Amino acid sequence: MRLATLTIIGVLFFILWTIVKRGFPAMNWDMITKTPGGGFYIGKEGGLLNAIMGSLYIVLGSTFLGLLISIPIVLYINLYLPKKSFLADLTRLSADVLFGVPSIVYGAFGFTLMVYLGIRTSLLGGILAITMLIIPILIRSMDEVARLVPKDLKDAALSLGATKFEMVGVVLRQIAPGITTAILLSVGRAIGDAASVLFTAGFTDSIPTSLSQPAATLPLAIFFQLSSPIPEVQDRAYAAALLLTLIVLVLSLSARYYSRKLSKNKI
Amino acid sequence: MNFNLLKSEDVTTAQAVKHTNGLLSVVGEEKGRLITPNIKHSPDFENPHISVRNLNVHIQKNHILKNVNLDIPNKAITCIIGPSGCGKTTLLKTFNRLIDQNIDVKIDGQVLLDGENIHAKNAEVISLRRKMGLLSQRPCPLPMSIFDNVAYGPRIHGRRNKRKLTKIVEHYLRAAGLWDEVKDRLNSPASSLSIGQQQRLCLARGLAVEPEIILGDEATSALDPISSKKIEELFVELKEQYSIVLVTHTLRQAKRIADYVIFMYLGEVIEAGPAAEIFNNPKESLTREYITGYIS
Repeated sequence: MRLATLTIIGVLFFILWTIVKRGFPAMNWDMITKTPGGGFYIGKEGGLLNAIMGSLYIVLGSTFLGLLISIPIVLYINLYLPKKSFLADLTRLSADVLFGVPSIVYGAFGFTLMVYLGIRTSLLGGILAITMLIIPILIRSMDEVARLVPKDLKDAALSLGATKFEMVGVVLRQIAPGITTAILLSVGRAIGDAASVLFTAGFTDSIPTSLSQPAATLPLAIFFQLSSPIPEVQDRAYAAALLLTLIVLVLSLSARYYSRKLSKNKI
Repeated sequence: MNFNLLKSEDVTTAQAVKHTNGLLSVVGEEKGRLITPNIKHSPDFENPHISVRNLNVHIQKNHILKNVNLDIPNKAITCIIGPSGCGKTTLLKTFNRLIDQNIDVKIDGQVLLDGENIHAKNAEVISLRRKMGLLSQRPCPLPMSIFDNVAYGPRIHGRRNKRKLTKIVEHYLRAAGLWDEVKDRLNSPASSLSIGQQQRLCLARGLAVEPEIILGDEATSALDPISSKKIEELFVELKEQYSIVLVTHTLRQAKRIADYVIFMYLGEVIEAGPAAEIFNNPKESLTREYITGYIS
């Protein structure tokens, strides 16, 4: 048992060590400020700015869209539907099932949808696919917190003469730390997912300037550049891996921090 | 005789109740008993603040309140006592219509606030709730600062002027006896206060809406003895300006501060009257048993 426990820690450090060993020497200022020169597959010059900006755009866009959809869902199933509601249970079950769907399926589904709508591989396609991917995460993690909101709090707001809408505002403030945690979790997932953006956002060596242009992403920067025969390009892949790991690490640490803070402030 | 209490064993009994001049007279045929506590004339009772007439409440097929008839006097402390599950809290919730939040509720009968039925179809819930400050069992501060907690009510009712709000907040924090303890940290979160302070904050928050009636649902049961005493003292001070209705489990508390007492048992009002009379000379054997601790 102790061996098994040590193995998991060992594996983590082995992965980190590999990435740092290959990625750290490759990491320099150019890597995060320049797009690859001469193409992402064969060009030795330049850095990862295309993938960094692409990932950033996709994550921002999809988090915004995801929140726009999931916050009303969470508020509706928790505040507007009765406690034992079939619809609320069905929504939670659907979110659970969607949570388990592999991301490549979202990619494939997003691709079919894009073909149907006549959209080419683009930033928009990537944002839509990632939005579908993170909505279940957002719903589930915000729902956990929204369910814990004491009935007394709702009663307190109502008994002060608040309308239902104003009462919902109070509840939103109460679950604000939960929303932050949910965002951090979903951003962590969104930024690291390769499969769902493979068909939908595509890959390119330039920074997209509109929603209809294809966009590069960090996970795909690893995927495409690692298979290159040119060592400099491979180094870019490791640098991307290092960057991605750092981002995910920071995000998950802050998610833990916030969720702990949340449980401290509970009334 | 200003206080008539009607209690019927058989809730289906046809009754006609006429409300005239603040006096309730029971007319018509009735199978149940009619209890008419011999209450001395009291000016408080000329115009009851809240009158409940033939109130029946069903929640999911459970008959919670059974043909309740009572009057709540103006500017006095009324304590509702009775064992757990006798419908005290439900009764309180019919006063500010928080009972609407339950699913599958059926309300028959009338709750009259200054003579108007608050359960009528066209009754304004928001303005009704503004007239009732609620103090719940556990203090439940809003997730914001101490200042914002008190300012919340005035704000949602349209007061935005910062200077006026500051005055309002100070005034009601003083009224709740909390000002000196929190004046230096009005911007810290309300959850940082002790539980007794939180309850006084909730009282200040409720008072800031300028209610006419304060409802307390076992408002001191989660507090330590010193905090409870403070809240009790506040109630006694506040009854000059407000009508106060308290649901309480603590008989001693009712004895200390109540002017009127209503004893409920299994969803029915068994006896009601001035505190001294209920405690010293109860008419009903059930009341006597409860007061002497025989049933609890």
